Amino acid sequence: MNNSGNSGTPRTLAALATLAILFVAGCERPPVDTVQRGYRGTGMVALYNPRTLGEQVQANMPPEAQAPVPAGGPKASDVYQNVEVLGDLSVAEFARLMVAITSWVAPEQGCNYCHAPDNFASDDVYTKRVARVMLAMTQRANADWQAHVGPTGVTCYTCHRGQPVPSYVWATDPGQPHARGLASAGQNIASDTVAGASLPYDPLTPFLEQDYDIRVVSGTALPAGSRKSIKQTEWTYALMMHMSDSLGVNCTHCHNTRAFSSWEQSPPSRVKAWHAIRQVREMNSSYIAPLADQLPESRKGPLGDPLKVGCNTCHQGAYKPLYGARMLEAYPSLAKLSGAAKDMRPKSD
Amino acid sequence: MAEYQNIFTRVQVHSPAYPGVSLGRDNVNRVGGTWHSYWAGKIGDAQIGPIYLGATGILSLFCGFIAIEIIGLNMWASVNWDPVEFVRQLPWLALEPPPPKYGLSIPPLHDGGWWLMAGFFLTASILLWWWRTFQRSRALGMGTHLAWAFAGAIWLYLVLGFIRPLLMGSWSEAVPFGIFPHLDWTAAFSIRYGNLFYNPFHMLSIAFLYGSTLLFAMHGATVLAVSRFGGDREIDQIVDRGTASERAALFWRWTMGFNATMESIHRWAWWFAVLTVVTGGIGILLTGTVVDNWYLWAVKHGVAPAYPAVDAMPVTDPMMTGAGQ
Repeated sequence: MNNSGNSGTPRTLAALATLAILFVAGCERPPVDTVQRGYRGTGMVALYNPRTLGEQVQANMPPEAQAPVPAGGPKASDVYQNVEVLGDLSVAEFARLMVAITSWVAPEQGCNYCHAPDNFASDDVYTKRVARVMLAMTQRANADWQAHVGPTGVTCYTCHRGQPVPSYVWATDPGQPHARGLASAGQNIASDTVAGASLPYDPLTPFLEQDYDIRVVSGTALPAGSRKSIKQTEWTYALMMHMSDSLGVNCTHCHNTRAFSSWEQSPPSRVKAWHAIRQVREMNSSYIAPLADQLPESRKGPLGDPLKVGCNTCHQGAYKPLYGARMLEAYPSLAKLSGAAKDMRPKSD
Repeated sequence: MAEYQNIFTRVQVHSPAYPGVSLGRDNVNRVGGTWHSYWAGKIGDAQIGPIYLGATGILSLFCGFIAIEIIGLNMWASVNWDPVEFVRQLPWLALEPPPPKYGLSIPPLHDGGWWLMAGFFLTASILLWWWRTFQRSRALGMGTHLAWAFAGAIWLYLVLGFIRPLLMGSWSEAVPFGIFPHLDWTAAFSIRYGNLFYNPFHMLSIAFLYGSTLLFAMHGATVLAVSRFGGDREIDQIVDRGTASERAALFWRWTMGFNATMESIHRWAWWFAVLTVVTGGIGILLTGTVVDNWYLWAVKHGVAPAYPAVDAMPVTDPMMTGAGQ
């Protein structure tokens, strides 16, 4: 037996251990629990890790609702000037909602984040003009997109979480700089948008702002003229990665993965997601995109388009934003279209 | 006795360097000299080299080098020649085939042309290497089993990157050159065509692949287990069984009633390995050309079972019911 190689053994072991650690660095530490959500044996299960889920739940707790105020009293539009959306509220309810919005969106900056200190009615500060559109957008979501948001609805807090700009927003992604003259395939760069896959890194512009066709799977067993390409499939796949990552769920939350396209075998969540895609498209194209002229550069992406809404903007890793906390119940004025919000409703409806 | 029970190589033979039988005037093609490596001896023969290169070997390495160079430089260009990003993002980077709009025409270099050129040189390199394995087998008076097994793998490679794109009328149908990108491509391919697991040739390919590993483990374990009786001389024992072969055969007959022989086990292994890629290639070739959705095909032919709906109200396509906004 030749022992000459033994002096290197500890070093070899250390190198092997390092490699082993690197190899599993991307893995999640157990335990992983499964919950059956479909017929037995079909793999229709939700996966979750109780440890990370515990942290997630803590990070997605709703704030206390503002104390209710007595009903009645003069209307806000009779007392204040330039109240276009919420004018029908009582002064007390209006003030309560303004306090709530301040705590949801600009708790550190206060009223002056949107209002000119010397004249609260003035539209001079751009954030006030934007806030009006955002109110209309919120009312539209709760009033007309029940198929997605249900009775839980959304408030400003669902996205903003105490920050003027929500943590998760997106703008059209020009990709990383590449050599001049080389056509970009729009993919093959590590991208958080698609949960670290090498898939197309900006599926949000074509699918969550524009309305490119998402469906790629053939509807017939034998070829019948479908020209959907594998590259196109990668774009759809990229959008699905964004949705799955945003909601903290696996494919089976919405699909039976043996037949992704089959609606008959899909969980009901897929119908919600279908409406969600259309709703987010409307929010981005009808409410946010028209604000481009109003917004400063700091609220725009590298190509000059406004920061927009994606699935993670509200969901933030939870299958229901704030795990379904019904914040809206305490603020019924956000649940229906009022005042100027009715005029801002998209015409196509 | 413990020597026999170790699963690692315990015997290391150091013999004088031997370049192989004389090849007459072709001897000049054997290059690189010979040397001995202790660590190579741990897992195989301690003698390294010489390598027989010859014209096909040199051309193959040259074409392979060009292909790798084109792929690597395109990847590097895609991160703007940033060396740090190149290393950091390497697993994500790729050289993509041309977009669908070019069909089977020759695309401009910057928009898929490099992919076509890399594919040409890689294919040339692989085919030259194949010819080399064929020639070297002949030169040693061997059968050409290795070359034909390699040809099986080349069949699958050509179906994926050349034959199927030709039949589909678009280079864009081919696989990108890249580590993660080719895996994402594989998943997207299965999704587009309604789940490749319902493709019977994919099923066969998986069965042969897993079967290959099983046969490999069974054969390797059997021969190691009887090596104390000289079972490692398995080729002699095809015709002259001896106690090692008899014990190995008895073991399998006792445990499962049937045994392969010292000859047939190698034919089993060869065919399982070759059929993995041959059936796989057929499965890919039929996808999109003959079958557009394997799940629906499997339903049509009674392969995919139906399961009861779990919800009282089965979900319907909102686009069909007009429930959308």
